[in-house]
Amino acid sequence: MSTTARELIPPESREPSGAPARKTKSGRVRRLSTRDKVVLSLMVGIPTLIELMLVWLPMLMSVGLSFTRWNGLDLGNIRPAGVDNYQYITQDYPPFWPAVQHNLLWLCFLALVATPLGLLLAVLLDQNIRGSKIYQSIFFAPVMLSLALIGIIWQLFYQRDNGLLNFLLGTAGTPQAVDWFGDSSVNIWAAMIAATWRHAGYVMLLYLAGLKGVDPSLKEAASIDGANAYQTFFRVVFPAMRPINIVIVVITIIESLRAFDVVYVINRGTNGLEMLSALVIQNLVGEGQVIGVGSALAVVLLVISLVPIVFYLSRTFGKESKE
Amino acid sequence: MSTTATRATTRQGAAGRSGNRAKRHYGTHIFLTVLAIMWLVPLGWSVFTALRPVASTNEHGYFSLAGAFNFDNFIQAWTQGGFSTYFLNSVIITVPAVLLTLFFASLMAFAVSRVSWKFNITLLIMFTAGNLLPPQVLAAPLFEMAKHFEVPYSFSDSGNMLNTYIVVIAVNTAVQMGFCTFVLSNYMKALSADLTEAALVDGAGIWRQYREIIMPLCRPAFAALGTLQVIFIYNDYFWPLLFIQSGNRLPITTAINNLQGQFLNNYNLLAAGAVITVIPTLVIYLVLQRHFVAGLTLGSSKG
Repeated sequence: MSTTARELIPPESREPSGAPARKTKSGRVRRLSTRDKVVLSLMVGIPTLIELMLVWLPMLMSVGLSFTRWNGLDLGNIRPAGVDNYQYITQDYPPFWPAVQHNLLWLCFLALVATPLGLLLAVLLDQNIRGSKIYQSIFFAPVMLSLALIGIIWQLFYQRDNGLLNFLLGTAGTPQAVDWFGDSSVNIWAAMIAATWRHAGYVMLLYLAGLKGVDPSLKEAASIDGANAYQTFFRVVFPAMRPINIVIVVITIIESLRAFDVVYVINRGTNGLEMLSALVIQNLVGEGQVIGVGSALAVVLLVISLVPIVFYLSRTFGKESKE
Repeated sequence: MSTTATRATTRQGAAGRSGNRAKRHYGTHIFLTVLAIMWLVPLGWSVFTALRPVASTNEHGYFSLAGAFNFDNFIQAWTQGGFSTYFLNSVIITVPAVLLTLFFASLMAFAVSRVSWKFNITLLIMFTAGNLLPPQVLAAPLFEMAKHFEVPYSFSDSGNMLNTYIVVIAVNTAVQMGFCTFVLSNYMKALSADLTEAALVDGAGIWRQYREIIMPLCRPAFAALGTLQVIFIYNDYFWPLLFIQSGNRLPITTAINNLQGQFLNNYNLLAAGAVITVIPTLVIYLVLQRHFVAGLTLGSSKG
């Protein structure tokens, strides 16, 4: 037990031992005993095996299955199909292009409305105004809810005859009442507002953490130089939050690709709410069980999502691997 | 000396703009209050609807304060709506999945952060990338893998891994592990290398270093990640939807969707179901808010 006590002493206070430790750093791996090596390989091996089996293998299988024709029943029935599935989804599958458009629209809405709203909330709440904590709790509350539940809660709000929104607009019970989630000309906007409800709070939280990390002397220096509040924010504070900005960009893109739960709860992603992710599932669980088509859609989704993922990973790990 | 000068100028500047600033705060409060009310309306409407019995909404309509307010809908949802079962299913899935995720992630994070070897970054990238993928990309192969993985009927009544909690727990663990490994490895890297160096000199093996030195120091990270993962997995809608077919095995988040069909036009009961589903997350939020927020920002602090 005396050993643990010694190890917990902060390193600065035992400088003499620091020097030899650094010297032996290169030989660290070699000093491992056989038992340690077994333990280490289990520590790395088990999680890696799980990750390979349940994430990476399925991902590669998605790519493989997208070039086949299969009804999902007998493994022997898998027939090669070349690029037929891709040809089919781009040329003969009506919901495909609307889905791509909706995914893009969703991304634009999150990027141009939800994310800036979250940033605005963070900036407003970062100045020490009274009740800041209460406001934060309110705006943050939807982040705790699942997107599926958000779909239900907004369904209650949006309904045609008994929804609060139609009542507030004075249209409840009249022929002008709008079924916000059912009408294919407005439901995508209604769904995006419901998603904003959650996304803005999330962005607010991340930016509040980011704003606290900005060196106050930067702001002071800017105001001495005569910059007004807007200039200080956009020229000094915002660029200083670059790491957070990158995270926010990636989260926004990935959330827009994941917009599955909301649309699936509303109407399974049909009738104005087509989304790539929902189309994948429709082809998988539907009557036909056209695994090849579903996989081709999944691969399209995969290729698009690899863009932000690679961007993020190269930002995050690029520096480290150079070190 | 320069600091005093600086302070003087800022104070002067502040004084010169003080009237202006007070006005701006006034406007800010109005804006924030209006927005906060808008933010609370959907949730408030659900609670309001849930508290009113169907009889009084039928009589007075949904937009009325008249009639009784009670917990009948909650009781009905809990007993007849099957919410007690769904809630138990959520617990059965969430608890093991969170524990396994944190356990495996801590093993992996320890190995990549405390021992230096060739593939550290490759492995970390592999784990993180897996976490960022949209789950639908993996859906078809995972579904088929579960379907064609045959087990005795005594183990699973479907004869394969579909319709079992195990497959939902396993996939949730695999998907969430990446994020936790990433956060924990960053946390462990920030711990001084001398800690384990000293233990090595004393002859402590890898397992003892992990168990007795690093794990206790990671408690704050585990508190944050644990809270976050409980919320994430409790809120997971997709994996049970994919793997579980019998309605009475669904966790609460996925089951609530079935209520829409089951209680057609009984919005009071649906609202009560929605509110019941919110309650656990809200309790966690109120009790463990600090950890939850820490968990969310831990993942992004290093970008």
